[in-house]
Amino acid sequence: MFRNHNRSPRQQRNTGRRSPLATTALIAVGLLFTGGAYAAFSTSTASAETAHAASASTVAEGKKLFQANCASCHGLALEGTDEAPSLIGVGAASVDFQVGTGRMPLQAQGPQAPVKPVQFTDEQVRALAEYVATSGPGPSIPDESLLQADGDAANGAELFRVNCAMCHNVAGAGGALTEGKFAPALTGVEPVHIYEAMVTGPQNMPVFNDANLTPEDKRDIITSLKFTQANSTVGGHALGSLGPVAEGLFMWIFGLGAVVALTVWITARSN
Amino acid sequence: MAQDGNSGTDLAAADSSNHGHGTEHAVGTAVVATDAVPNPGFPPHRPRVTDLDPKKEKRAERTVYTLFYLSAAGSIWAIAAYMMFPIEPENLASVRTNNLFIGLGLALALLALGIGAVHWGKALMHDREGIDMRHPTRGSVETRERAVEIFAEANEESGFGRRSLIRNSLIGALIAFPLPAVVLFRGLAPEGEDANPVNLLQNTMWKKGDRLARDPSGVPIKASDVTIGSVFHVIPEELANLGHSDGYLEEKAKAIVLLMRLNPEELVEDEDKKDWSYDGIVAYSKVCTHVGCPVALYEQQTHHLLCPCHQSQFDVTNHCAVIFGPAARPLPQLPIAVDDEGYLVAQSDFLEPVGPSFWERH
Amino acid sequence: MSTVTAPADTTKAPAKKSGGFTAAASNYLDERTSISAAVKEFGRKIFPDHWSFLLGEVALYSFIIILLSGTFLTFFFQASMAEVHYEGSYIPLKGVEMSAAMASTLDLSFDIRGGLLMRQVHHWAALLFVASIGLHMLRIFFTGAFRKPRELNWVIGFVLFILAMAEGFTGYSLPDDLLSGNGLRIIDGMVKGIPLIGTWTSYLLFGGEFPGTEIVGRLYSLHILLLPAMVLAFIALHLLFVVVHKHTQYAGPGHTQQNVVGYPVLPVYAAKAGGFFFIVFGVVMLIASLFTINPIWNYGPYDPSPVSAGTQPDWYIGFADGGLRLAPSNLDLVLFNHTFSFGILLPLAVIGLFIVAVMLYPFLEAWITGDKREHHILDRPRNAATRTAIGAAGVTFYAVLWAAASSDIIATHFHVTMEGVIHTLQALLFLGPIIAYFVTKRICIGLQKKDREIALHGYESGRIVRLPGGEYIEVHEPVSDYERWKLVSHEEYKPLMIRPNSRGKITAGQKVRAGLSRWFFEDRISPVSRTEIESSHGEHH
Repeated sequence: MFRNHNRSPRQQRNTGRRSPLATTALIAVGLLFTGGAYAAFSTSTASAETAHAASASTVAEGKKLFQANCASCHGLALEGTDEAPSLIGVGAASVDFQVGTGRMPLQAQGPQAPVKPVQFTDEQVRALAEYVATSGPGPSIPDESLLQADGDAANGAELFRVNCAMCHNVAGAGGALTEGKFAPALTGVEPVHIYEAMVTGPQNMPVFNDANLTPEDKRDIITSLKFTQANSTVGGHALGSLGPVAEGLFMWIFGLGAVVALTVWITARSN
Repeated sequence: MAQDGNSGTDLAAADSSNHGHGTEHAVGTAVVATDAVPNPGFPPHRPRVTDLDPKKEKRAERTVYTLFYLSAAGSIWAIAAYMMFPIEPENLASVRTNNLFIGLGLALALLALGIGAVHWGKALMHDREGIDMRHPTRGSVETRERAVEIFAEANEESGFGRRSLIRNSLIGALIAFPLPAVVLFRGLAPEGEDANPVNLLQNTMWKKGDRLARDPSGVPIKASDVTIGSVFHVIPEELANLGHSDGYLEEKAKAIVLLMRLNPEELVEDEDKKDWSYDGIVAYSKVCTHVGCPVALYEQQTHHLLCPCHQSQFDVTNHCAVIFGPAARPLPQLPIAVDDEGYLVAQSDFLEPVGPSFWERH
Repeated sequence: MSTVTAPADTTKAPAKKSGGFTAAASNYLDERTSISAAVKEFGRKIFPDHWSFLLGEVALYSFIIILLSGTFLTFFFQASMAEVHYEGSYIPLKGVEMSAAMASTLDLSFDIRGGLLMRQVHHWAALLFVASIGLHMLRIFFTGAFRKPRELNWVIGFVLFILAMAEGFTGYSLPDDLLSGNGLRIIDGMVKGIPLIGTWTSYLLFGGEFPGTEIVGRLYSLHILLLPAMVLAFIALHLLFVVVHKHTQYAGPGHTQQNVVGYPVLPVYAAKAGGFFFIVFGVVMLIASLFTINPIWNYGPYDPSPVSAGTQPDWYIGFADGGLRLAPSNLDLVLFNHTFSFGILLPLAVIGLFIVAVMLYPFLEAWITGDKREHHILDRPRNAATRTAIGAAGVTFYAVLWAAASSDIIATHFHVTMEGVIHTLQALLFLGPIIAYFVTKRICIGLQKKDREIALHGYESGRIVRLPGGEYIEVHEPVSDYERWKLVSHEEYKPLMIRPNSRGKITAGQKVRAGLSRWFFEDRISPVSRTEIESSHGEHH
């Protein structure tokens, strides 16, 4: 099932992965405006074009929707207010993530924006995204080909453990952050939203730009996540994938509970 | 108020429920009740339905043997499941069914067997309670006297008490003989000039000019790659070339670094550490100063680092000072610079030991 | 050994018929082993029947399950940290470098039929093992079963509890996955915090710098050889003492300090206890076939860089992990060029004192009461109000530490802040036991009063009757002599009065003892006496 290795295979793999990266000229520019650094972007080769494909009419519709639903906090010209950050240059991906998962529009101020039922149709989300994307270059909605969960699961799993698991848990069950914030569970999250979260770094999540995790790396991460979630019940019910706390509670309440109930039956006198 | 020194002997005679067993035992501050309610003795025996109704008895009998047959069926099912649900390579669904069906078969076998036996015991076996009498745990007076005598005789015959030189040298020998075993355990860890944990803990493999590289690929990182809000999990570029047998994990356990870029205006930096960062890019040891977990959770808006093991929090804007949780020291900072090609490099090793505190640290 | 009187009216076991294979075999064995003496001695030994007396059996049976499933696992597991490339069935780890320990555990899980089942049986049974020991200890504590002559057996049981935790922790660390590796890293950090010897202890333990290539093999030796041998030896000793002392029993009609009432080993107890083994095994098997435990394939191989949110030890180490989490910030102290790592030492000391107090409690109580008699009839917890309250305080203390180990999961699941949870638990660690103490003591004394009422006046029937004189009374159902006996047969202690010793002095030790004695026995309700019952009968009739 396994074999001993002679020379470091890590090196072999590395060199294989390094070359395309090394040849990719990546110039990353961070944009920062008053009211909080909300996003950063990288001029990824995969994305730059799509923003310009937006037709004038969808942009106009997006502007209307924006002014009706978002402008009170983010400002009429996306410039941001005391209550919400500027959206100039956050890119279509950010809008698609925030609105497409129902996090925006925000219902109430809290430690962080929770997932809610989505308030707009797919077309409306797309229109909003295209409108915001016209304000300046930012990460665009990823290409479908990266979202098929058909990459290298082993590479993705390793990158997930290094870059994501400390907040989201190795099985994507989520975890706690400071002051009531939390890293949400990744179960059932659309691949496109996982990808957008990585490139835009919503709320307190750091940004994983394409120099850090290449688009292929991101595809691999999505692949491994989908694999893990599709196979979470190999040994039976996964108990929320929360680890030893859930297991310990289960054993105390149901395991020992059942055994104690049986001891009562065993020692009760027969009628 | 109670006093010690009462004896329980008189009680034993007074009431059968009391202690004593006729031997002299102080009752301490226990209240000696002279007016206790008497033990009413055993209640009358109540027969079970299976004792009275032969039909019920028959039914219980049927239940028991049905359960035993069911148990055998469960065992056979488990064997059948082993063959019917083989594990196919790379097919996790087959592992799941294998686990489930063998397990259910065995569970049935075990539960039916157990429940059957207990039901037999409860419903059909003779159900009169029996009584054992207790005896004091201590030996009888004669036994104890004889034991003392034996020791006295042995002492007399061996001269253990009298021949103090022999006795003391024996005790000395017995104390000395396990000591070599303790010494043998020195071999648990390597010996030699550089095999001193105190020295090893002082350094990591970082040295001047080492490129900061992505974990685990070893791809070096350019300053321009690190956009504001991003976080990189970093190892020394050379680490990626180490094999596991060359100490990859041991070096990695000390050398892991977290790289973040903040707005330079948000960084509060000490004068002497001003040049440790590069344009808002800072690098800190990822090993918690509490007990060594990877402090890997970075909140890009609050600039706090959080350790997922014990919830220590560090403020990246303020030299990773501890702001919450059990950690005792700030995370050590790795001084960084940029080389000619734009790659981030270390200016030196960490200037203090990374990770948890230890006795020789100062 | 004790002599066994025949149970009240049991039919004599039928004398062995001559002839037949059984007779011949029995004769063959007896002539070579003297086994008939053992059958005579133990065959009809009486065990009292109560559900709470089976908790220790659950622990014993879990241990047997662990031995059986663990033996199976050893045939496949490789306790080696040699680096291999995983090439088994689990796709997201294919080609990944890992230790042979991790790879063999994965192969055992994914490529051996029934292997995953046995792993899950082993791990679930381990959780049940320690949990049942804990519950068993609580039963012993709250019923006062640790009193003379059983104090030493309490200590033996306590040692077993510690050994069980050590078994659990060493086993948890064997697969060399990310979760257990981070657990070991925490152990390493704690060991390094110990003054003087910490650094070198860690170095020797790991055979070099953390993580090294030795630790899994070393823990394996402990896990499958030394610790189980010690557990077995202590179980043997524990059970030997149960035989020597005979089992305790609850107060009941006909039960005295000199007898033990229950069912004989053969046949009833053998059927019930033997059947119970299979039931416990069946419950564990059912859980193992339906619920995942420790999916190491999610965690991946150990690497010092990654970590998972929700990194926790198994439940029984939780209290120690919780202690670490509750320590205040910035407690390092550098003195004389040495670091005193109080962030680690403080929780270690608190936890250490707690478990030592648990171990020594029987001796403390024996010293306070000065009672040197043997106690074979168990207390109802309410009748030893102070002990029960101390127990409740201890349970609360442990529970707070335990909850602290899941502070992050509490925060996410109850939508509160992690900081709030930790601050609350820090306060509760001190306040909780105090509150629990007073509440429990009041409840116990209230229940004692109620028992007294029932013993004297019977149960409240809820029926209100108007007397001819116009007065309303509630009719009380009289309680039978048998039921009353359970309510009135308990012990009573009085606070100790200080008396000068033979040299006319009052020692400090005596003052402390008198103070403790007052604390223990000041609030007490005397058991109902015969005179009281007679006079109460007079009132009613």
